[in-house]
Amino acid sequence: MAGYDYDVLILGAGPGGYVAGIRAGQLGLKAAVIERDKVGGVCLNVGCIPSKALIHQAELFRSIPNLKEMGLSVDTKGFDYKHVFDKSRKAADTLVKGVQFLLKKNKVETITGEGALSGKNEITLKDGKKVTGKNIIIATGSRPRVIPGFEFDEKVVLSSTGAIMLSRLPKKALILGAGAIGVEFAHVLNSFGVDVHLVEMLDRILPIEDAEAVQVLSRAFQKRGIQMSTGTKAVSMQKGGAGVSVVLEDKTGTQKTVEADQVLVVVGRTPNTDGIGLDKVGITTERGFISVGDYNQTRVAGIYAIGDVVNTPLLAHIAFKEAEIAVEHIAGKSPHPRIDPLSIPSATYCEPQVASFGLPEWKATEQKVPFAKASFPYRGAGKSVAVEQSEGFVKVMYDPKTKEILGVHIVGADATEIIHEMLLGRTAELLPEDIATMIHAHPTLSEAVGEAMRAVEGWAIHI
Amino acid sequence: MPEKVLMMALSPTMETGTLVKWRKKEGDTVASGEVLCEVETDKATMDYESTSDGTLLKIVLPAGGQAKVGDTIAILGKPGEDISALLADSKPAAAKPSAAPAAAAAGAPAVSRPAAAAPAATAAAAVSGRVRSSPLARQIASQKGIDLRTIRGSGPNGRIVKRDLDSLPAGAGAPRAPTAAGVTARVYQPGPGDEVVPVSQMRKVIARRLSESMYTAPHYYLTVAVGMDELLAKRALLNEGREKKASLNAFLMALAGRALLRHPQVNSTWNGDTIIRHSSADIGLAVALPEGLITPVVRDCGRKGILAIDAELTALIEKARAGKLAPAEYEGATFSISNLGAAGIDEFTAVINPPGSAILAVGAVRKEPVVQADDSIVVRQRMRATLSCDHRVVDGAVGAAFLRELADMLENPMLALA
Repeated sequence: MAGYDYDVLILGAGPGGYVAGIRAGQLGLKAAVIERDKVGGVCLNVGCIPSKALIHQAELFRSIPNLKEMGLSVDTKGFDYKHVFDKSRKAADTLVKGVQFLLKKNKVETITGEGALSGKNEITLKDGKKVTGKNIIIATGSRPRVIPGFEFDEKVVLSSTGAIMLSRLPKKALILGAGAIGVEFAHVLNSFGVDVHLVEMLDRILPIEDAEAVQVLSRAFQKRGIQMSTGTKAVSMQKGGAGVSVVLEDKTGTQKTVEADQVLVVVGRTPNTDGIGLDKVGITTERGFISVGDYNQTRVAGIYAIGDVVNTPLLAHIAFKEAEIAVEHIAGKSPHPRIDPLSIPSATYCEPQVASFGLPEWKATEQKVPFAKASFPYRGAGKSVAVEQSEGFVKVMYDPKTKEILGVHIVGADATEIIHEMLLGRTAELLPEDIATMIHAHPTLSEAVGEAMRAVEGWAIHI
Repeated sequence: MPEKVLMMALSPTMETGTLVKWRKKEGDTVASGEVLCEVETDKATMDYESTSDGTLLKIVLPAGGQAKVGDTIAILGKPGEDISALLADSKPAAAKPSAAPAAAAAGAPAVSRPAAAAPAATAAAAVSGRVRSSPLARQIASQKGIDLRTIRGSGPNGRIVKRDLDSLPAGAGAPRAPTAAGVTARVYQPGPGDEVVPVSQMRKVIARRLSESMYTAPHYYLTVAVGMDELLAKRALLNEGREKKASLNAFLMALAGRALLRHPQVNSTWNGDTIIRHSSADIGLAVALPEGLITPVVRDCGRKGILAIDAELTALIEKARAGKLAPAEYEGATFSISNLGAAGIDEFTAVINPPGSAILAVGAVRKEPVVQADDSIVVRQRMRATLSCDHRVVDGAVGAAFLRELADMLENPMLALA
């Protein structure tokens, strides 16, 4: 375009930013991403990817008793967590190179540096260099939220970044916050023998998930010796000696002090919207988030905001989707303007896994949405028994009149994979009978999905 | 062997029927030909005669209930027979669109004219290819009674999805109306003190047929001012000494019938790629009823005398007011007349009543000043008649020629014999 350096100028190359770049390249637009650290952002470098690598290895480690049952003797004396950590870095590095390749392949320019908006169509870097774009997409992501009094030093008070970058394990860890991140770290650390105490302010771990599903996970955690304190908040902390002392307070006001080598604070994330020049273009924020309308447009024509800077769920796949929406809109296409909030999958990679989309039962009740529910236990699907992973269930929330799929909650092995059949059912507006009558291969865990839909129709067979 | 008694299509356009009254109770014996119950159809209340002998074992559809054609309304058999299987099977079935004159069940005469059942056929013809829709959208549409053919889809490839139906109330989208895509009903909220009246079968049918007529037939209107002194004088003569006076409408129908035979193009029906020119002028007269209106038809007006027409008309109107007109008595008019003169209307335009291609709207007879050939002004009795024509069948010159000849006949009735 005459006059501008780029058709699409993207601030940040995390999941939102790099996908925006690639999509722009695919649609023939001249695009550049401005990134101050490594492409791939938090997700690739210190988030989703390395955490899944750690979890996979944790689960390998946990299968040692199964090996012993075969008559093998396993010598764990030589266990060194650093090897585990190194593998997680290898995964991250491989994917960062992969994203760099994809950006190059789609002719997206990568500009290294920290940028801020200096005009409606201009971003200025710290070194003074100016870059212009016909359209600008803000994709600066988020950072771990700080609780006053528990500021991160990444030595004894860790954020998720610090925890991911641990190369040595503590003996005892206190985890504040039992959302997906806290729960996954509890799973990893406990798997490698760390004494874990998980603390959550709300009344149960994974508070936004369906309560019945979470109950299965809580029981599993309890069995493994993960200590859980729900309805409890951290009041104050003192560093001393070789660890920390934290004062916890429960709902009755009773306080108790717990000691740990390290405390991991994972109570949410704060959008990176300060210091990026929003005031120069008249964009305001609400609790740190940038308000956007259809197609992720801000109130300034030609400026879009995607990913964690926008108040949609702080998930990488939302950043991906919003990147597509914004770029397609810039390219003159008509993507669907907003994401259906009930069609957003969430995945928690613990054991058993928890995956879901749509309304959890507590929310449907709270919002007085009429619903009916049906569920099918994993143990009804032969595969789960054959592989000794039979705990869990598939639960479907549906409209009693039209049978529209309102929400699905799966707790069990591979939940994060098999949720997608149900999600497609919702987005393609299928009826339960469409899934119930489809042939599911035997023996698979997916059969539990088919049977759950048969349960909706009243004729589940293997139960 | 117990058998189901089904809701029959008592007229070609009937899709649902309301059970007004059961004339037999459970346990009564029924002979073939006896009236089982009274059913309100789209046009009139009809006696439903049993086609078999037996005992009325179970009434499935109670009085006041509505059922689709094909649904079970009762079970007939021998006392004590086990009917549980039949009962379980008697859930209201989805009505199969009866495009064929299912009126055979009620023994309607072989109506050679394409009756108003045409909507089903033309709707099928108008829909080229299937309607893309998601399973959920189809579910919602069927529950809400929405015709998907009237909805524009916003999903992939124009697929109709749930959000396209979200703003619609139940019953939106005229079923079977082959209209332009995207015609959807609006919902109005009643205000405080407003009365919300449910729509009766008759009103639904009037709404559907006349909307369809307006959408599909390009209407245009021709008006004449007719001198009525001659005709009124002749009528007075004919009625002298008669107890039952022949109505003005009978005269209009007799003369219009003769004019139609001389202008067969106006006595025709648009049939897609053909036009049917009818051999007789079957004229429907619009009759107001408390719930709406109906057009009883006098067949072959062009060859019947005024008194014969009047006698038939009187009988039909009485039946119409009692809600007892049979479909054969109100369907298939090749031409219609609507007279609002008695209501004090001077002039108006009417909506063509299919399968006809024209309708004559007649106003009140009034004394008016008339300019003569020598420019003198006299007072005469005049009536304005407006002919609505369907331009697909009747072009301007054709309509004008017919109306002029009819007007001449009205002014000089002898011309009808010439």
